This record gives sequence, C-alpha cells and structure tokens, in this order.
Amino acid sequence: MIEILKNTKIDFMGKRNYAFILSGTLFLLGMVAIVQIALGRANLGVDFSGGTAVQIKFAQHVSLSEIRKTLDEGGLKDFDLQDLPAENKILIRVKKEEAKLGGFSEKIIEALSKRFSDKTPVIDSTTEIGPKVGARLRKDALWAILMATAGLLIYVGWRFRLRFGIGATIAALHDVLVVVGLLYIMGREFNLIIVSALLAIAGYSLTDTVVVFDRTRENMKVRHKEPLETVMNASINEVLPRTVITSLTTIFAALALFIFGGEVIHDFALAMIMGIIIGTYSTMFIASPIVLLWGRKKTFARRP
Amino acid sequence: MKKRILWRVVLIGVTVILAAVFFLPNTPFFKEMPDWWTKNMPDKGITLGLDLQGGIHLVFEVEGEKAVEITTERIAQSLKDSLSKKKLNAEITSKGLLITVAPSSMEIRKAIEDNYLVLTPVETGTNIVYTISDKEAKRIKDNAADQALETIRNRIDQFGVAEPTIHRQGTNEIVVQLPGIKDPKRAVEIIGKTAQLEFKIVDDASPVAAEIPATVAPGEEEAVLKKFAEKIPADDEILFEKKVNMETGAVRKIPILVKKQAALTGDLLKEAKVNIDSSMSGYPYVSISFNAAGAKLFDEVTAANVKKRLAIVLDNTVYSAPEIKERISGGSAQITGSFSMEEAKDLAIVLRAGALPAPMKMLQNVTVGPSLGTDSIEAGKRAGIIGTLLVVIFMIVYYRLSGVIADFALAFNIILLLGAMASLNATLTMPGIAGIILAIGMAVDSNVLMFERIRDELRAGKTPRVAVDSGYKKAFWTIFDSHVTVLITAAVLFQFGTGPIKGFAVTLSLGVAINLFTALVGTKTVFDIIFSKKEVKRLSI
Repeated sequence: MIEILKNTKIDFMGKRNYAFILSGTLFLLGMVAIVQIALGRANLGVDFSGGTAVQIKFAQHVSLSEIRKTLDEGGLKDFDLQDLPAENKILIRVKKEEAKLGGFSEKIIEALSKRFSDKTPVIDSTTEIGPKVGARLRKDALWAILMATAGLLIYVGWRFRLRFGIGATIAALHDVLVVVGLLYIMGREFNLIIVSALLAIAGYSLTDTVVVFDRTRENMKVRHKEPLETVMNASINEVLPRTVITSLTTIFAALALFIFGGEVIHDFALAMIMGIIIGTYSTMFIASPIVLLWGRKKTFARRP
Repeated sequence: MKKRILWRVVLIGVTVILAAVFFLPNTPFFKEMPDWWTKNMPDKGITLGLDLQGGIHLVFEVEGEKAVEITTERIAQSLKDSLSKKKLNAEITSKGLLITVAPSSMEIRKAIEDNYLVLTPVETGTNIVYTISDKEAKRIKDNAADQALETIRNRIDQFGVAEPTIHRQGTNEIVVQLPGIKDPKRAVEIIGKTAQLEFKIVDDASPVAAEIPATVAPGEEEAVLKKFAEKIPADDEILFEKKVNMETGAVRKIPILVKKQAALTGDLLKEAKVNIDSSMSGYPYVSISFNAAGAKLFDEVTAANVKKRLAIVLDNTVYSAPEIKERISGGSAQITGSFSMEEAKDLAIVLRAGALPAPMKMLQNVTVGPSLGTDSIEAGKRAGIIGTLLVVIFMIVYYRLSGVIADFALAFNIILLLGAMASLNATLTMPGIAGIILAIGMAVDSNVLMFERIRDELRAGKTPRVAVDSGYKKAFWTIFDSHVTVLITAAVLFQFGTGPIKGFAVTLSLGVAINLFTALVGTKTVFDIIFSKKEVKRLSI
C-alpha cells in the first residue's frame, strides 16, 4: 500500500495567523484587481469591454511590428496586438466602440490580407460586440458570481450551520479573488471563459471544504469534550490524503488542458490550476480558522 | 451471485448499451449500420458548437421604436386622405411619434377619434397633437420582433444552412446561429439588411416611360438613372426589375418608372402564398391578403388605378409589376402571370419576408472560421486522452487493484456522460470539452473518498468486507454534499451562460451527476462481486 501523508499531525489551526496575513495580502490584491476591472483598467476581453477582436493565422511567422505598421497605414488606431508565436497567430483587438458593427474587422482583414497575401492569412475568428451587449455580459457575470455565492451559502448553511456556511463561502470567495488577483498581475485577459473558470473554482474549493467540515462534524460527535480547535486540526489531518490526491488528479486533468488543450482554453486551464492549488490551501488554512474566528462557542452540526 | 448484485450488473449493462446507442451517430460506425437501424434508432448524437465547427453567432436588436414611427407616418397619411374625403380642411404634419392636426375643431376631432381608435390626444390647444396609444405601440413593437424573426427565418432558408438556430431573446432581440457557413460576410449582409416592402403604382402614362429602354445589362443602371434624372416627373422614380433567363441564365435589368409615394406598404400585408390554378392553365399564382387597414387602402388604390400596373418593390428592387385588372374589395388578391413554380415561390417569400417594417441593428457578431474549430477539436481530444491516462495510471499505482476498479468506474462515467449528452442532443463546445476533462479529474474523487475511508476502517482492524461496507456508508453523505455544491455552481453557470459557457455548465453538471451514480453503483458492485465469490482476507487498496 502506497500512502502519502500517513497519520500526519500538522498544526494547521496554529498557523492561522500566518495564513491570515498571506491570504489577507492576496485578498487585497484581488480586491485591487476587481476595482481595476470595474474601472475598465484591466485587460478585459472584448466580450466585456465591447469592441472588435480578429484572430488571423499565417502560414509563416509575421512580426508584430510589421502588423502594427500595416494597420497604422490602414488608418486604424488604438488597437492591441497579441501573438501566439507557436502557431503563427495574431490577435488584434480594438476596444473602441463603434456605432455600427463590422467596420473595424473589415478594415483589419482588408489591410492585412493585402499586405501579407504571400503568407496566406486565414481568419480564425472575428468577434464584434456592441456596447450594449458588453455591458450586459459584465452585469450577467457579476450576477452569476453573486448567485453562486448565495446558493452555496444557503446550501452549506443548511447542511451544516450558518457559521460553517460562512466559513466555506469566504474560503471559496477568497480562492476566486486570489486567482483574479494573480491573473491581473500576469496581465491575462478577463473574459467569459475566465468567469466560468472562476465559478468552477468556487465549486471545487467548496467541495474540498465540505469534505473537511463533514469529517469535523462527525468527529465532534465522538470527541465533544475536546476543544473545537483540536477536533478541527485532527479532521483536516485525517482527510489530508484525500485532499491531496483529489487535487493531484484534478491538476493532472487541468495540466493536460493547459499544455495540450490549445489556445482557446489555455487561460482557462491556467486559472483552474491556480484555483485548485489555492483551493487546497484555503481548505487547510482558511476555512476552518474562519469558522473558529466567527464564534468560539460550541455550536456544531446537527444532521448526519 | 446474489440477486441484489445481479440487478445492479444488469442496470450497468443496460445503461452502457443505451449510452452506446445514443452516442453511435457520433462515430463512423453509424454509417455501417443496417437501414432499419439508421431509420429507427437515435441519429442525432452530440452536436458540435459553433466554436468547434465554425460558423456565426449574431444578435440583432429590432428597433421597434422605428416601427412605431413608420406606423405614425402612415396613419398621418391616411388621416390626410380621409379628412379631405370628408371635405374637412385640416393641416396634418407628422414628426417622430407625434401627429399634429390644425385647427382643432370639434368636427375634425370627432372625425379623427371615431375612426382612429389607436390615436390618443396628448396636447390640445389651437392644434391637437396625437400619438399612438401605448397599447397599440406595444403591439406594433411585438409584431415587429415577430416579423423580423420570420423574415430572418425566410432569408436563412433561402441559403440552406443545415441546422440554423433562430430565436427571440428578451422582448426585442433575435439570436441567429449558423453553424458551418462558408461565406459569413455575405450571410451577415443578407440577414441584417433592413427590408421594406412597398407597392408602387407604375407610371406608364408618363411620356418619359416610353423613352426608357426596355432592358439594360447589369451595371448600366447608374447610366440610365443619370440620363433620365432631369426628365422624369418630380414625384416619380426609376426602379429596376431583375429578370433571369431560365435557359441561358443571362441577367437583364428592366427599368420601370413608378410613383415615389408608396401606395401600400408591406406591413399591411397579412399573408402571401403560392397556389396552383387547377382549372385553367395550371400555372402557379401567388395569392395575397391584407389586414383590415390594408384591405381598405387596397380597395381605394385598385379603384383609382384600374388598368395600371402595381409594382412590388422590396429594398428598391422591383420583383413583379402585375396589372390591376379591376377594383379589388375585401382585401384578397391574386397575382397571376406565367410564373414558374420557382418564381412564384420567390415572389411569395419576398412578399412575406419583406413585410418587415422595423430596421434591425446588429449587437453582436462572433464568427469562427472552420480551421480554428478543427484545431480546437484536435487539441481537446489530445488533452482529454492525456489527462485521462494520467489519472488512470495514478489511480492504479496508488490504489492497486482498487485503483483498477476506480478506473473501471471512470470509464463507465465517461461512457454514460457521452451517452447522456447524445441523448439530450447537447451541444459540445470547447469549454464543454474542458468541463468533461475536469469532470474526469474530479470523478475519481468519490472513489478516493471511499478508498481512504476503507483504509481507515482496515487500519481499525475490520475485515475487508466490513471495511468496504462501512467505508461506503460513511463516505456517502460527504460525496453527496460535495457533488451538490458543484451542481449549484454549474446550475448558475447554465442560467447565465451564453453559447460556449452553457456547454461548460452542461458537461460539468452532467459529469458530476453521473459520477454520483457510477461511484455509488459502479465500484460498489465490483467489490460486491469480489466478496461474493470467496472470503477475502486482504484487500488490495
């Protein structure tokens, strides 16, 4: 039998102050990122900012400076360029909103296909989002995150007790925010696909936390004379093998997506990998300590 | 084997077979199946999303407000006519949503308000200002959206996309999805075009009409317009009818002099369909009918213009210009002529599709080229296979024989997931593929939870059989709770998601729900089979 982390006795709860400092910092970073996103200063995808994005694939390498020059000459302004050098692809984004959709993408395609006709440009995709849709998608995404949070809070609060619901929800929010902060620092684009990754991370983090709480609840029944802190520590240690193994298998899957899944899903997989690691950390160091922080009185779970 | 185990084995077998039957259309084997199979068994399978097969996703906004403006203008026109018929002298002007009538005498007010119930006065003084009632305005907007939907449907039917999706979103938006379309630019142009159908009186009586050439070659229209710009009467214009020679395919343009002012507009048209004249010639004809207001107007127009021609104009192109043989009351008419079936059908489509009074505005246009889709599918397959292999190998290395059992459950899980998606004709998107791969990573979680529990029980000195039973029992609620949390987030994603994101929500939630079944029924059954054979002393876990 191979066993990792057998009979560990790590004092997770005792390290909560360090964890709070670390997480607090990362949490703040996440808040900064959220404010920047709200102010439109972060790298927003066209689905949120409105505007036009065109992705073109060339047969051979084309340098960004050449593309920039061509587009400048074609009379385009305020565009961003991003390249995927491995596949000779270029992504051009114009975030300025236009009164009538279609103008920018046509201009871009026309200018580039004329200049680089020898490198057989193929249009991979064009996305044009009017300002109204961009605003609506931003609102929808925010709603989705709030709805998911409320739903999870209610479910965990019902299955356990409110303070556990709060602990689990804060831990999940923490994970989402930290990932947002990290993506922001890395300059990654925020778009709809990233929002779905964030929600998946919230779900994953909660699953992880629920497993620990479940064990805590069970242990409380047997060890009701011991302080909550001791029982929590023991519970986290008991489920530690499961926490680590499940995180590993999920990371295997996410890693496969990250490396082999292609450009569309690349950032999604990156967010998932970070989310799984942070979710695992928060399960051990954040969720239970927050429950403890919420009230030291003995109020533990009911139902089996 | 005990009965309890037996029926679970049967259940597993049946679900796998069902899944295979549903998924078969997505495999090359489907073509090899006998006729009775392809005809009677599920033939749809999983559809690929736009991001995987290429295509366009468009969102249009129907500008209902403009439809109300157009209607206001038409009512003003009709008011002018009806008041002058009653010998009432009034000046009527319309601007935007308002109609101003001067002077505001009782007589005029009565004449207007008794006959035009949709108008409500908003301002009275020396002039009266009317506007269309809220109820009527709402009805017009609703109709505009419905008609736009129908129009787009007709136009899309015309270029034959295999499986288009066209539906209304909210009150005034229309979503159009055309998978696998070859020329997206043209499609966008055709669909987004604002069409206005009008009926205009042909001015054959004008001396200029005789001077106009009978036909011109395509491309010479501008020259004709230029040449006659000064000559034609101020209230006339030249429009062109396109004629295609059925045998040679040659295209000619026929210039026609018509009155600028439309006699009737498309929104008054209720219906247009193709019939066959069975008694006489056998030629197809198009029958049209107008709504009440249209019927009244059509009656007046035909009465005043007998023996003249009435041009059917869509987007400033004449599609047909039949002669008015007699006054037509009652609002139904027939357009006859030596139409071929195709021509008659086209004319009916023009009439129906053209009955759209409101312009549309494009809000969103996402176009994915076919090559990106193919790349994505390949990448998704590769990532899926490698991710699954990593998980499978890890489980065997770590849990030995029990790991093999968990891998069996995983395979069962994947088969059921694909089968379930195929049975729902779900759409697979790139984020959907990511959902499947993540679900695979998470799928083993249930087994990990159970195995760790079983190990705990074994350590506590229980026999393998008791350890497995109590391990399952204890892990059940944990597994249940952890699955529900993921389902909640997936449900939210489904609610909010558009296209690709919805695909992610579908695969993730199906994957998790099926996992609950495979983990609790699948692995447990295998353990039970092992234990039913003989007394097991050591468990490989």
